Amino acid sequence: MPKDHGIGAPQKRREDVRFLTGTGKYTDDINVYGQTYCVFVRSDVAHGRIISIDTAEAEAMPGVVRIFTGKDFEDVGGVPCGWLVTDRNGEPMKEPRHPVLAQGKVRHVGDPYAAVVADTLQEARDAAEAIVADIEELDAAVNMKAALEPGAPRVHDDLSDNLCYDWLFGSDQDAIDKAFSEAAHVTTLELVNNRLVANPMEPRVALGEYARANDESTLYTTSQNPHVIRLLMGAFVLGIPEHKLRVVAPDVGGGFGTKIFHYAEEAFVTFASRKINRPVKWTSTRSEAFMSDAHGRDHVSKIELALDGDNNFIGLRTDTYANMGAYLSTFASCTPTWLHGTLMAGNYKTPAVQVNVKAVFTNTVPVDAYRGAGRPEATYQLERVVDKAARELGVDPIALRRQNFITEFPYATPVAVEYDTGDYGATMDKLEEMIDRPGFAARREESKARGMLRGLGVNCYIEACGIAPSNLVGQLGARAGLYDAATVRVNATGSISVMVGAHSHGQGHETAFPQVVAEMLGIDESMIDIVHGDTSRIPFGMGTYGSRSLAVCGSAMVRATEKIINKAKKIAGHLLEASDADIELKDGQFTVAGTDKSVAWGDVTLAAYVPHNYPLEDIEPGLEETAFYDPSNFTYPSGAYACEVELDPETGRVTIERFAAADDFGNVINPMIVTGQVHGGIAQGVGQALMESCIYDEDGQLISASYMDYAMPRAEDMPFFQVDHSCVTPCTHNPLGVKGCGEAGAIGSPPAVVNAVLDALNSGGHSVDHIDMPVSPHRVWQAMQG
Amino acid sequence: MHMSDTRQIKAPRDVVWAAILDPEVLKACVPGCTEMSGTPEDGFEAIVVQKVGPVKATFKGIVALSNRNEPESLTLSGEGKGGAAGFAKGGADVTLTDKGDGVTELHYEVDAKVGGKLAQLGSRIIDGFAKKMADQFFGNLQEAVEGPKEEGEAEEAAVDGKKKGWFKRMVS
Repeated sequence: MPKDHGIGAPQKRREDVRFLTGTGKYTDDINVYGQTYCVFVRSDVAHGRIISIDTAEAEAMPGVVRIFTGKDFEDVGGVPCGWLVTDRNGEPMKEPRHPVLAQGKVRHVGDPYAAVVADTLQEARDAAEAIVADIEELDAAVNMKAALEPGAPRVHDDLSDNLCYDWLFGSDQDAIDKAFSEAAHVTTLELVNNRLVANPMEPRVALGEYARANDESTLYTTSQNPHVIRLLMGAFVLGIPEHKLRVVAPDVGGGFGTKIFHYAEEAFVTFASRKINRPVKWTSTRSEAFMSDAHGRDHVSKIELALDGDNNFIGLRTDTYANMGAYLSTFASCTPTWLHGTLMAGNYKTPAVQVNVKAVFTNTVPVDAYRGAGRPEATYQLERVVDKAARELGVDPIALRRQNFITEFPYATPVAVEYDTGDYGATMDKLEEMIDRPGFAARREESKARGMLRGLGVNCYIEACGIAPSNLVGQLGARAGLYDAATVRVNATGSISVMVGAHSHGQGHETAFPQVVAEMLGIDESMIDIVHGDTSRIPFGMGTYGSRSLAVCGSAMVRATEKIINKAKKIAGHLLEASDADIELKDGQFTVAGTDKSVAWGDVTLAAYVPHNYPLEDIEPGLEETAFYDPSNFTYPSGAYACEVELDPETGRVTIERFAAADDFGNVINPMIVTGQVHGGIAQGVGQALMESCIYDEDGQLISASYMDYAMPRAEDMPFFQVDHSCVTPCTHNPLGVKGCGEAGAIGSPPAVVNAVLDALNSGGHSVDHIDMPVSPHRVWQAMQG
Repeated sequence: MHMSDTRQIKAPRDVVWAAILDPEVLKACVPGCTEMSGTPEDGFEAIVVQKVGPVKATFKGIVALSNRNEPESLTLSGEGKGGAAGFAKGGADVTLTDKGDGVTELHYEVDAKVGGKLAQLGSRIIDGFAKKMADQFFGNLQEAVEGPKEEGEAEEAAVDGKKKGWFKRMVS
């Protein structure tokens, strides 16, 4: 029977009670006295020179408090980038200014160049319509390769071209050249990792409130990491010291990466509220979200795999163009480099790996991390080229993978990271068992009898999570530490508030984190609450992204709880008149080892706060501890995924019949939450593979900017998922042995889907070796027509 | 997007030419046009109310005439700004060929672009919409010049005065 308590218990998520009953408190639910409303006026051309902005008529309209343009932001900083990438020649990346409101030029459809603050939303909207801007439309840089051609329109006039950086990483040139010159076979594949829009259910919202009495600003915002926003906005944009700036991210309805970043709208409402001495609120419409939330992916890659005569991988090289959009978003520079190139070895012992990435500015919305962030792009390239190699060589794709698996750990890859642990054979064994591979031939026959083509696609993945060791990422260009922090505050009666730097916006921290503390203390989870999302209540932690919350913040929480236990044992020792070295804690009871003398958890906590009988000369009263945790390495979740599709050769329509995921996440705290995370990740990965695509036309107009044109996956598009995380190789370097599970599904699923489609087509005699995502019926049908 | 079509208009070429240069004709022919003023030399200012899919907007725009090669060809180019709805702009190269017997062949090549919300919300329907607009415009022009189509020959004789297009009546 599964545990119902502590680590490993599949407890239902306590936060779902408020989410499912409509009693969550999201940023838009917060309204403060005297609040004004803000509407941004956004560019409807991709690239244009601002000749004039006439606000006179709008300013005279009812309810208008003030209208702002780029001029108002000349004396404050630009929206910063958090990571400095150094190019192949040792030069820093180009880092153009990103003003809060456009100055001089607009650089993408949706780039805000003015903002109206008014008493009501309707008045702000009306006045925004009355602003007359003369914007001279310029030719736009849209296609990445064309944007790098001489004479291409320049997104930033002060830069010599649109190249942000040209990054080269991995094995040295001689090793790569040698591998390819000695290869018996080279498989080459060119592919596109399609541009995506994150589409969290809750659009972004920002509310700035200024208290003139004490010169304090508060920003309520839809963020995955309030302390990061406070740091970036306070220090780099507005020059507000930390103690005068509070950032609150209350319930957040999904982030998927796009709510990591510091956005201009957050700085705007904070700035404007100080100028007009009234609160300023902005709520994104869905249309605005499409053209202002950072987009994801958008890589164009060429990958080459060199194999020797025995089908061993001996070399791998990639050339990628990565779209930055018009400005550098917070982690934009890092996503295609350190979160992508470092994973290019995958699960394989390829001795020589080299990665080249050219990051390109274009007149499009900024592109940044989206669930998986760089790792899906790496996995997709690698697992597609391995599959293509297997087809070219006429070998079994699973056997080819197994033959090249890394089997000894720790393993230092040619791309800088050291995998601490893993067992790729075990997850592949589990996967083969889950998918009933022997039964596939009969299923294919059954499909064939109905005129359908059935395909099976398999892939592996590895990811680097638990972001990140600060000293390492500092060397790589990170402009912040990436530790996390937790404060465990034990109250007098024994209940506990745990204040954490991680933010929960769908991950279930409020349920899973107490399970850890409850297990350590032997008390019930109901006595423990998690506090997150408010810089005035939580220690300086870096938030939630990169599947880091449990591995990094959870580790800090374990360390703080250990400190609590140590101090509590001292108090218990005093109460029991024994040495604290002899005190054991079990099931919430402190016992003198080998005796029946004990005090309960609540007796100790009460003594800590009512220290009438207390060793005040030795220890302080109270029971509250903080720990910061900086990981010594990344964690490396891994797994094997399989997808079985049925393809209608008459229409090109693909349906997913079966999907299986065998993951190694290390130790699991709440298996039900882990399963849910994998389900969501696979749905997003399948969405990318079959449906979703963000399209710009040649003029830089965003033409897939509503749910009429941007196909979000629905329940009916998904099969029943088979999910397993019983293969466990615990992380060797964090106290819980956990690796992280938030992104795996989105990383591991796209290649499985595409591999399955190609398997189906080839089984039907269609010699097709690649179709770019999304694998829509149109594209499949075109491929079938050759 | 690009569109082209050819129409046979039962009117002499100079009549068709004059119609295209007349703001009253243009106002009547541009679908949804509520105001049109100006001259062929200085260009026209127009207000057009249109609904594209979910986006309804009032476009304020200008129409300029260029490449005038009377009475054979000219270019009509226009740009309309619809405020929050975005913008539409485009050009039409119009060629008139005298086919004899009082018939003029009108050929047009239209390039049109939309931006902002129109592009974001309407891209899937905008091609069809633009084609419909061009069809309606040139259909209206044809009707203005030669009168409604559906009338038969016999009827035509009987109601001679009424069957002519209103523009043709004015100039003839």
